[in-house]
Amino acid sequence: MYETTYHRPSSVDEAAALFAKGSESKYLAGGHTLIPVMKQRLASPSDVIDLARIKDLVGIEPSGDGIVIKAATTHYGVAQSSVVKKAIPALAYLASLIGDPAVRHRGTIGGSIANNDPAADYPAALLALDATVKTNKRNIKAGDFFKGLFTTALEDDEIITAVSFPVTDKAGYAKFPHPASRFALTGVFVARSPGGDVRAAATGASQNGVMRVSAIEAALKANWSASALDGVKISADGLMSDLHGSSDYRANLIKVMAQRALAI
Amino acid sequence: MTVYTNTTPVDAYRGAGRPEASYLVERLMETAARQLKVDPAELRRKNFITQFPHQTPVIMAYDIGDFGASLDASMKAIDYAGFPARKAKAKAEGKLRGLGVSCYIEACGIAPSKAVGSLGAGVGLWESAEIRVNPVGTIEVLTGSHSHGQGHETTFAQLISERLGVPISQVQIVHGDTDKVQFGMGTYGSRSLAVGGTAIIKAMEKVEAKAKKIAAHQLEASENDIVIENGEFKVTGTDKSIALPMVALAAYTAHNLPDGMEPGLKETAFYDPTNFTFPAGTYICEIEVDPATGKTSFVNFVAADDFGRLINPMIVEGQVHGGLAQGIGQALLEHAVYDANGQPITASFMDYTMPRADDLPSFKLSHTPTLCPGNPLGVKGCGEAGAIGSSAAVINAITDAIGHNKLEMPATPDRVWHAIHG
Repeated sequence: MYETTYHRPSSVDEAAALFAKGSESKYLAGGHTLIPVMKQRLASPSDVIDLARIKDLVGIEPSGDGIVIKAATTHYGVAQSSVVKKAIPALAYLASLIGDPAVRHRGTIGGSIANNDPAADYPAALLALDATVKTNKRNIKAGDFFKGLFTTALEDDEIITAVSFPVTDKAGYAKFPHPASRFALTGVFVARSPGGDVRAAATGASQNGVMRVSAIEAALKANWSASALDGVKISADGLMSDLHGSSDYRANLIKVMAQRALAI
Repeated sequence: MTVYTNTTPVDAYRGAGRPEASYLVERLMETAARQLKVDPAELRRKNFITQFPHQTPVIMAYDIGDFGASLDASMKAIDYAGFPARKAKAKAEGKLRGLGVSCYIEACGIAPSKAVGSLGAGVGLWESAEIRVNPVGTIEVLTGSHSHGQGHETTFAQLISERLGVPISQVQIVHGDTDKVQFGMGTYGSRSLAVGGTAIIKAMEKVEAKAKKIAAHQLEASENDIVIENGEFKVTGTDKSIALPMVALAAYTAHNLPDGMEPGLKETAFYDPTNFTFPAGTYICEIEVDPATGKTSFVNFVAADDFGRLINPMIVEGQVHGGLAQGIGQALLEHAVYDANGQPITASFMDYTMPRADDLPSFKLSHTPTLCPGNPLGVKGCGEAGAIGSSAAVINAITDAIGHNKLEMPATPDRVWHAIHG
């Protein structure tokens, strides 16, 4: 057993202060990444600071033309939110596909994006919807937030407080589940803004984590339909290749999932 | 030659070599049918053994079977004749359908001790049972056959309850405690009912014989006129009877026993089977492959098995379901992999794909029993069959769907997609 001290702050400021006091602090949200990592002795923080119970960090509300999802909102909360289902139903659908019911009742959007697992679902949605990540220090556009494998623009002590999503005209998500982990072997989120801009983001595919797919964006901008992607060929360069899928298989899945995202 | 390895040792798993053998044979049969351009089911039927007993070249002598019956049952259950139309309809909708047949047979109820001795085994493969009828008429069965989830506690108690006509709550099965059970030869090879159950029957025969003697003596009748019905020892053709608890009490109070009879009602039997048993059956699987992703979905999976007599049909179904899940897991999902440096890369269930309920179809099971002549119960064993016949059925179906016969297990979406697209 390694010793660690668990803290339950009641505000973001209190959390940040506790983080600074600890010698090797870690924030805890849903716990589905940090706790297994601690169990496997891959991390042994001196202090674990629980963000999940800070009341100000849970909730979903309309905001202007879009919506704001507070960082400690669970996947279950997003999946069954009437606000999300009305504004961006594809986002509620994505949240409903994460893990299993037990995971969905614990995992949070803030925790997911802070971790930036290359096969996580949310990064694809944030990138495709041109979302903004709000922290206790600044606002970061999704395109600047996700930096690579398990890497984000966050500073060590920075706390995500919310994610804001602008209004969207059309959006869809389709995911081919990894047969064992049920993460995205490849998942694609496509979105069209009211101004006609198209963004398509793929997760589970690239060695660098979530990525935009320009070939798909160009084809869909001209013609927003699954058949518009029939002739598109996605390059396998830079894509992951492992036991469950070669890079060319993943390249194929990017196209197929984009087509299926449009059917939703 | 010496080999040093850090990789995990392998050992018997459900089916213990029979899934591998069955897979080889049934993939060969399917391949032969395709090359000869004959119907796969008819090729099996043409080659079925129909005369029994049938001595194989390798120790095993099949005692009884009706392989055509299980093939017929499965073909009917899956609507074999209607498949070409279903395949064409799926093709029009952009999906690839395939049908795969698998006919298995296995040697269970292991084993005649002489036979395994001749093969080099250091032990005999009999089984033991001690039956204790207590003075109040409750019954304890000490069996060498330990249950690890197969429901022996229920099935074995059923044997006693049905023979004597007593409530099953009056029977207790004791197993798995070497402090209590003198000796047992283990639970594997689908042997517990055929061998362990028969040991119980043999011990029961001794108990019943002694109990009848006591009852006959008390009722002043001939032993031969005593029948056991609904927990009572009756003189046939009369209304004279003694209930089992009273017979038991008489045995233990010993106030009025036949001359020379020892008190008590407790008997032991060791049973050595005279032959293996030979469960067999036909599994047929219908799948649909999505050519865009290589993913295989089940349309239907039917199983027709000959397990001889079924003592508890619900438990048998459970055993077949479990075996099918494991065989399908092997065919589609499970794979323990080491990389070139000897590092295990499927070291957790995040990478090792365990079958889950939503990976599996709803199975349609049926039974075409031929009673085993080798044991008084007529049973053959059913614990492993599901894992034995199923993998070949799945791979035969997928290779039928994609029109490409070279496909290794597990047939993951990645592998199937590459088989289709190159």
